[in-house]
Amino acid sequence: MTAVLQVENLSKSFGGVVAVSNVNFAVEKGELLALIGPNGAGKSTCFNMLMGQLKPSAGKVFFQGEDLSGLPSRAIWRKGVGRTFQITATYASMTVAENVQMALISHNKRVFSVFPYAHKLYRERAMELLSLVGLADQADRHCAILAYGDLKRLELAIALCHEPSLLLMDEPTAGMAPSERERLMALTASIVADKGISVLFTEHDMDTVFAHAHRIMVLNRGELIANGTVDEIRNNAQVQEVYLGGGNLYESNEAG
Amino acid sequence: MIDVKDINSFYGKAHILNGLSFSIGQGEVVSLLGRNGAGKTTTMKSIMQLVRPASGSVRFADRELVGLAPYQVAKLGMGYVPEERRIFTDLTILENLEVGRQPARDGISQWTIELLFELFPNLAERQHNRGKALSGGEQQMLTIARTLMGNPVCLLLDEPSEGIAPVIVEQMANTILKIKQQGLTVILSEQNLHFARLVADRAIIIESGEMRFDGAFSELDANPELQEAYIAVS
Amino acid sequence: MGLFVAQLLTGLANAATLFLVAAGLSLIFGVTRIVNFAHGSLYMLGAYIGYNLMQVLPGAFGFWSSVLLAGVIVGLIGVIIEVCVLRPVYRAPELFQLVATFGVILVIQDLALIIWGAEDVLGPRAPGLKGVVRILGEPVPMYDLAMIAITPFVLFALWYLISRTRIGVLVRAATQDREMVGALGVNQAWLFTGVFFLGAALAGLGGAAQLPKGGADLLMDFNILAAIFVVVVIGGMGSLPGAYVAAVLISVLNVFGVAYIPQSTLVLMYVVMAIVLLVKPYGLFGREEVAGEHGQVGEPERPIKPASLRVRLIVGAGLVLLACVPLFGSNFTQVLISDIIIFCLFAASLHFILGLGGLVSFGHAAFFGGGAYVAALIVTYADTPMEVAFLLAPLGAGLGAVIIGWLCMSRTGVYFAMLTLAFAQLIWSLVFQWGEVTGGDDGLVDIWPSEWLNDTTPYFYFTLVLGVGGILLLRHAAHSPFGYALRASRDSSRQAEATGINTKRVQWAAFSFAGAMAGLAGALFVFSKGSIFPSELEIARSFDALIVIFLGGVKTLAGAVVGGASLEYAKDLITRFEYWRLTLGLLIIFVVVVAPEGIVGTARKAAERVGLLPDPSKQS
Repeated sequence: MTAVLQVENLSKSFGGVVAVSNVNFAVEKGELLALIGPNGAGKSTCFNMLMGQLKPSAGKVFFQGEDLSGLPSRAIWRKGVGRTFQITATYASMTVAENVQMALISHNKRVFSVFPYAHKLYRERAMELLSLVGLADQADRHCAILAYGDLKRLELAIALCHEPSLLLMDEPTAGMAPSERERLMALTASIVADKGISVLFTEHDMDTVFAHAHRIMVLNRGELIANGTVDEIRNNAQVQEVYLGGGNLYESNEAG
Repeated sequence: MIDVKDINSFYGKAHILNGLSFSIGQGEVVSLLGRNGAGKTTTMKSIMQLVRPASGSVRFADRELVGLAPYQVAKLGMGYVPEERRIFTDLTILENLEVGRQPARDGISQWTIELLFELFPNLAERQHNRGKALSGGEQQMLTIARTLMGNPVCLLLDEPSEGIAPVIVEQMANTILKIKQQGLTVILSEQNLHFARLVADRAIIIESGEMRFDGAFSELDANPELQEAYIAVS
Repeated sequence: MGLFVAQLLTGLANAATLFLVAAGLSLIFGVTRIVNFAHGSLYMLGAYIGYNLMQVLPGAFGFWSSVLLAGVIVGLIGVIIEVCVLRPVYRAPELFQLVATFGVILVIQDLALIIWGAEDVLGPRAPGLKGVVRILGEPVPMYDLAMIAITPFVLFALWYLISRTRIGVLVRAATQDREMVGALGVNQAWLFTGVFFLGAALAGLGGAAQLPKGGADLLMDFNILAAIFVVVVIGGMGSLPGAYVAAVLISVLNVFGVAYIPQSTLVLMYVVMAIVLLVKPYGLFGREEVAGEHGQVGEPERPIKPASLRVRLIVGAGLVLLACVPLFGSNFTQVLISDIIIFCLFAASLHFILGLGGLVSFGHAAFFGGGAYVAALIVTYADTPMEVAFLLAPLGAGLGAVIIGWLCMSRTGVYFAMLTLAFAQLIWSLVFQWGEVTGGDDGLVDIWPSEWLNDTTPYFYFTLVLGVGGILLLRHAAHSPFGYALRASRDSSRQAEATGINTKRVQWAAFSFAGAMAGLAGALFVFSKGSIFPSELEIARSFDALIVIFLGGVKTLAGAVVGGASLEYAKDLITRFEYWRLTLGLLIIFVVVVAPEGIVGTARKAAERVGLLPDPSKQS
């Protein structure tokens, strides 16, 4: 069986500066794969290439065997890749449910339809998705007054609209308190397990990564320096030096 | 040093701070803890007068801050490092520091660009680079350095460790401890309990705009219920 | 060869004034993000004040002191405008300040008329520089040479101030994030005022310095306005060297244009601008706009819902009332109401792209006037029946919008606004200068409706049906998936693109739809008046629509309609006064300062406060 996502020799340079160099990896079905590394290591560049916001200088990205390289992000989404953003991106002028309905309208290719009332379309399906992330009771609230953690869950609901096979999550817990982080990742993990979705995510909070990732990759100066299980990464001397530091900033092995 | 008394702050129509009070002494490093949306950032902004409290008082160095403009608060010696960093990306590092420059204050050793480059060696190497060329960690260093150029007596750090690699956060912890040795008072808001514990003497927990705990970290550690309720890791 | 050089030098000398004024505009925009439409008015004030001073101060010293003093005085007038009109609205929704500065234009126009009268003023020649120098046999005024020599020094001084001094660093920092500059201990309010002083002073200097070449008159504010916008946009917003290069380019082209292709002088400038922007989207020296600026984000807009039954009944009752007007109202009332409905449809079509799409167009009159001209032209030249003209006018305007939209759509923010302005001006100048076909300034006349509508009352009903129908159509579209996708593209294009919505295509379609609806309004207009003139394509017409939307309230379609009705009615009342511009200008400024949410927004907030409407922030 082919991997859900297969990345081959992915490279990107800006001007003469190499941001990502020869990165190879695969995401298997049902896998929660973390991508970590120092600031400026090329994580965002890598992510943006996978999502179609940047064109790779070289290399290929295959999703379920199909070549995605060079497609715009909306085409990649149509093929079944969902995403969430580091800085939340929601439609502030709409209600919570309408945010989800908008994605459903797009999924059903009715963006240019002018006859029906949009707020009546796919309402039930939107409510199902909102129940899944625990936002059903807030469905008719104005999105702009939602708490930050709820916005993150709303993004997750939007990302699940077209039943993706792969979710790309860019720092999913950024800006959240530890308890909220834990709740969101636990929710993500359970959805992943239920639906067999694969997830690739970046993250700086090592507690989150160590608790939930099935496998971890480490990027440094544009190159993949390690790829292994949680314990392998924790004990990798090079990773400790460039990224993890002395271990003061995450739960120790025993506690985790 | 700082006396926050019974402040109520609104953001638009949302009531964020609900009669919050605390005081912080000279040279202390205090960490505000609490969930996202609990009111930590609004507390910082209310001290800085970027959000004007609807009622209550904030006293700093024997002056009432409520009613002043943010630039007046800064001139009194309050240094503010915002959450989103907000460096001037079109300006070079040197120019960014220039914006922050304010005259020295009595009784406090003055910060110079040389001293700051000693504290943040990465910035020295790239002093003529524009802000947008910096990585997230370097940008965070620059915002702190920029604020220090104003020779503040008190530093407000809003989530300095957010989105930064652990190894850099460790460096930053050392830097903050060095700054503390200069006699500065530091208030930082944090989601990262590990980091807060490394640098702060005291913790204040805020929830729904009200104070729920004020005391040493050892007290907090001894109280698992409190941790569970407001900041629990798992 | 001699003539060529002489023309080149004239162009360079003209560029001096253009550069001074444009540099001021660019500076003000760069720091405050305010597109100061009153900049042309400041230039005009500089000319008049300079003239008065030159009457008093004698000799060469007096002349140059007058120029400098005029700059200082206009700078101080700029400070008054900044403190009294703009400070209260810095936190208002984006581009709301535009409307305020437009009010200032009207006020200054009438004040200048009161103080200096309607007669043009001939500028005195500069003492000591009255002669000409012969260059390759051609006479070149010495004053021109002086202007050519001085300008690079002004450019250098400004460049030094901005890029090498502490003030310059602070100004550039404030351009990016004014709140943060304040939090670092800089009084940014005065920094803004200082920049406004400098920018206004440059406009005043420009006005006074061009006196020996052009004198002063009451039309010079609008005459230079379009040109300086073109210069700033071609050079790149906020770039001083860019403003200089663009000023030279435009002035030289203009001189040669007058000499060799006089029938296309107006068109030329906009063609150059359109070409430059298509090749270099942010102007010659401009840089990409930084999105998501701090410190001026307005309150997010609220969710919309289709009207409740009660509101529908009220609107229905209102329509029945309107339908009864011919039973008791005079012909004059019917015409006035028709005018109002037509204008409301025009404003509502602009609201569709501005309010829902967040696309600020400065050139919407192109489609209103365009629709009217399509109808008028086919009636005049092809004897087309009115019914067909009513089909072709929206189609023609819509097609124009498809083409212009395609050319503008990859730009955002101010560049989008400026590009739409450029294309609208291009169409205006085409119509204005292509006299054989369009009648030029004399317009096209004798465009009357078909027999069955050729009376006041039938045409009133026709306007009521089509006008209100158009507005309701726009409103329904707003609640459809298409309208939602348009809002989604505005709220977060990242999320929209990431969920399969082609945001540019959605915006393009909306722009075209809005253009077609404006064309419908134009067709209603031309058959109601029986004639059409280029003035319906002017900047002022586009601004009328912008103003009513901001006055009425950007956030709701009702705002556009209420604003449209109020302005059109107020104009009907006010234009009977001698100094109606002054009155209207002050009225606009008053509304902007007192009710920055617009009429509808303010009324809604007030209703929520007293409990007539539910308060959204108190929902659970």
